[in-house]
Amino acid sequence: MLEIKNLTAGVEGKSILKGIDLRVKAGEVHAIMGPNGSGKSTLASVLAGRAGYAVTAGEVQFNGLDLLAMKPEERAREGVFLAFQYPVEIPGVNGAYFLKAALNAIRKHRGEEPLDAMDFLALVKAKMKVLELSQDLLNRPVNEGFSGGEKKRNEVFQMAVLEPKLAILDETDSGLDIDALRIVAGGVNKLRGPKNAQIVITHYQRLLDYIVPDFVHVLYNGRIIKSGGKELALVLEKEGYDRIIHEQKQVKTEPALAI
Amino acid sequence: MSQTNAPAFSELARFASLLKDFTSASDTGLRLDAFRQRGLERATRLGFPTTSQEEWRYTNLEPVARLPFQPAPVARGALPVAAELGKYFTGGAAARRLVFVDGAYAPSLSSPGPALAGLKLGNIAQHGVSVADCLDRCAGAYENFMGALNSAFFTDGAYISAETGVVVPEPIQLLFISTRAGAGFTYQPRNWILAAANARLAVIESYVSLDAGAYVTNAMTEVVAGAGAQVEHVRLQNESLEAFHFGGLHATLGRHTRFNSHSISLGARLARQDLRAVFAEAGGYALFNGLYLTQGSQLTDHHTLMDHAKPHCESHEYYHGILDDRSKGVFNGKIIVRLDAQKTDAKQTNRNLLLSDQAVIDTKPQLEIFADDVKCTHGATVGQLDEDSVFYLRSRGIGAVEARRMLIHAFARAVIQRVETECLRSDLDRLILAKLGGGKDEHE
Repeated sequence: MLEIKNLTAGVEGKSILKGIDLRVKAGEVHAIMGPNGSGKSTLASVLAGRAGYAVTAGEVQFNGLDLLAMKPEERAREGVFLAFQYPVEIPGVNGAYFLKAALNAIRKHRGEEPLDAMDFLALVKAKMKVLELSQDLLNRPVNEGFSGGEKKRNEVFQMAVLEPKLAILDETDSGLDIDALRIVAGGVNKLRGPKNAQIVITHYQRLLDYIVPDFVHVLYNGRIIKSGGKELALVLEKEGYDRIIHEQKQVKTEPALAI
Repeated sequence: MSQTNAPAFSELARFASLLKDFTSASDTGLRLDAFRQRGLERATRLGFPTTSQEEWRYTNLEPVARLPFQPAPVARGALPVAAELGKYFTGGAAARRLVFVDGAYAPSLSSPGPALAGLKLGNIAQHGVSVADCLDRCAGAYENFMGALNSAFFTDGAYISAETGVVVPEPIQLLFISTRAGAGFTYQPRNWILAAANARLAVIESYVSLDAGAYVTNAMTEVVAGAGAQVEHVRLQNESLEAFHFGGLHATLGRHTRFNSHSISLGARLARQDLRAVFAEAGGYALFNGLYLTQGSQLTDHHTLMDHAKPHCESHEYYHGILDDRSKGVFNGKIIVRLDAQKTDAKQTNRNLLLSDQAVIDTKPQLEIFADDVKCTHGATVGQLDEDSVFYLRSRGIGAVEARRMLIHAFARAVIQRVETECLRSDLDRLILAKLGGGKDEHE
């Protein structure tokens, strides 16, 4: 589904991603972990098409399409969804209107009929229940005055309504208490299926107790320095990032020793 | 009348003979001569506005100065067909409506509605005697040049009077249509809105054009609201993009009066609104709410004045501007808190969204505070669309143009939402949405 090859990107002349390689197949959940400043959010932003990032090398294929050549809305219509680390408050734009416009833009792209108000309402009611969101949030402006937890739940709620092929969750666990975390993870897990994939970006192992990944990658200094199964997250939790980073440095110095 | 005979707007010295002809031709028998004369004297004293006058510093009237001033009623053509005017109607099916065509009342197009005890609603000629009573307490002394010109040369307009305790359930629409847009044709309606104690009413003035040209609308509305009265006033300026529009609004507020003013300025090559509310008694509340949308080379200027003459009054002012292309906006918000006006609570905000690099806004708060126990705040912002918000919407599949439109509309809607009369609010919202290039219903 997603194939990232040697992705190199930065912002304002500063190199942040220094050659990322990653393959995600349908049905898989990948966790990307790493310390602060390792490039996790940059990776999410570049995949979603946020302006301000310069891709200097590499390519990203999404279901055979050149993802990096597409506008953000085209990526969304093809099925890429980014759950924002910091969802934006948009005063004056009604939540239901926004989400219906988004859903119908995606449906149009797929060649489907737009949903009318009644069908849309029925759909969102069911999804809101899963995420234990109060329906009046939908009648308020997008994210305006929402608590941190409500914003994150709203991201996953949007994801549930839009049903993306590839969901990228950028630090969706940050700022959530344990109850909210359980609800959010429950919502994410409901969306897991053989036809879609998820990339879960997180700093802590905690989230992965609830969203169990198939693969875990450690991102450090713009590179994936280690990949493994879900057990890798547990190692990280126990021993911290330092050991893996240290190992990586040793590997790097080995050729020098060989001379 | 031929253009060659008409003096240019800036040739004030030649206006006296014009007024003489004008008075005999158009006076509705209201013993207006002295009033008109005072208006002309004041206009002459003030002189035609130039940018060297502080009040006109950012708004150059040079294109108006050269126009031939043709204030007399233009020979009437055929009235527009009623069916064509439906798109300008607002206020719901029950709305009471007076229609003025090229400055003259058009009874056949109007629907003042069923008689309501205590409500007088009609044009000046119809209520001549009552209007004559108004002349003494009108805004005269406060008028700027265009206001004074209106006093001298006004032809017709609405007279609305609600007696003590009268509640008018339906909105009243005053629809001003210009069908003949010859250069310098000048339509000068004058409206009186009188709300006695505890009366309640909502009035919307709509200004539209069926013909494009460099004509001038110079309207003046006076509001006198008594104790406990509640008045909502909307001025919707949606004239042709070649027209010039001047609008005055002078409101005198009584004890615990509640007054809402909404100025929605969309059209005209150059539009200037002068809005003033005077708290003549304690405990009043006034809202000055406004929205201006400009594009091309339009210029829209709002000069507002909240005159806190008495204590314990509250005023809120919110003006939003959305400026595109090489257009220009001017906002000058003056608040006077007089020595007497302790416990004044005045708040003023002017926010501007610039959609192009060439659009310009001149915004200036002007606070003159003579009392010491007051709360006055003001703020002005000039900015562009928030790119994070645009990206958020796009990341959900909404196209870039649509995302921007949604955000611009939200910015405009913040103003429209303050209109309390529901059917006016929804009509205005639809109009703004259409103006911004949308058209879908956002209110499901």
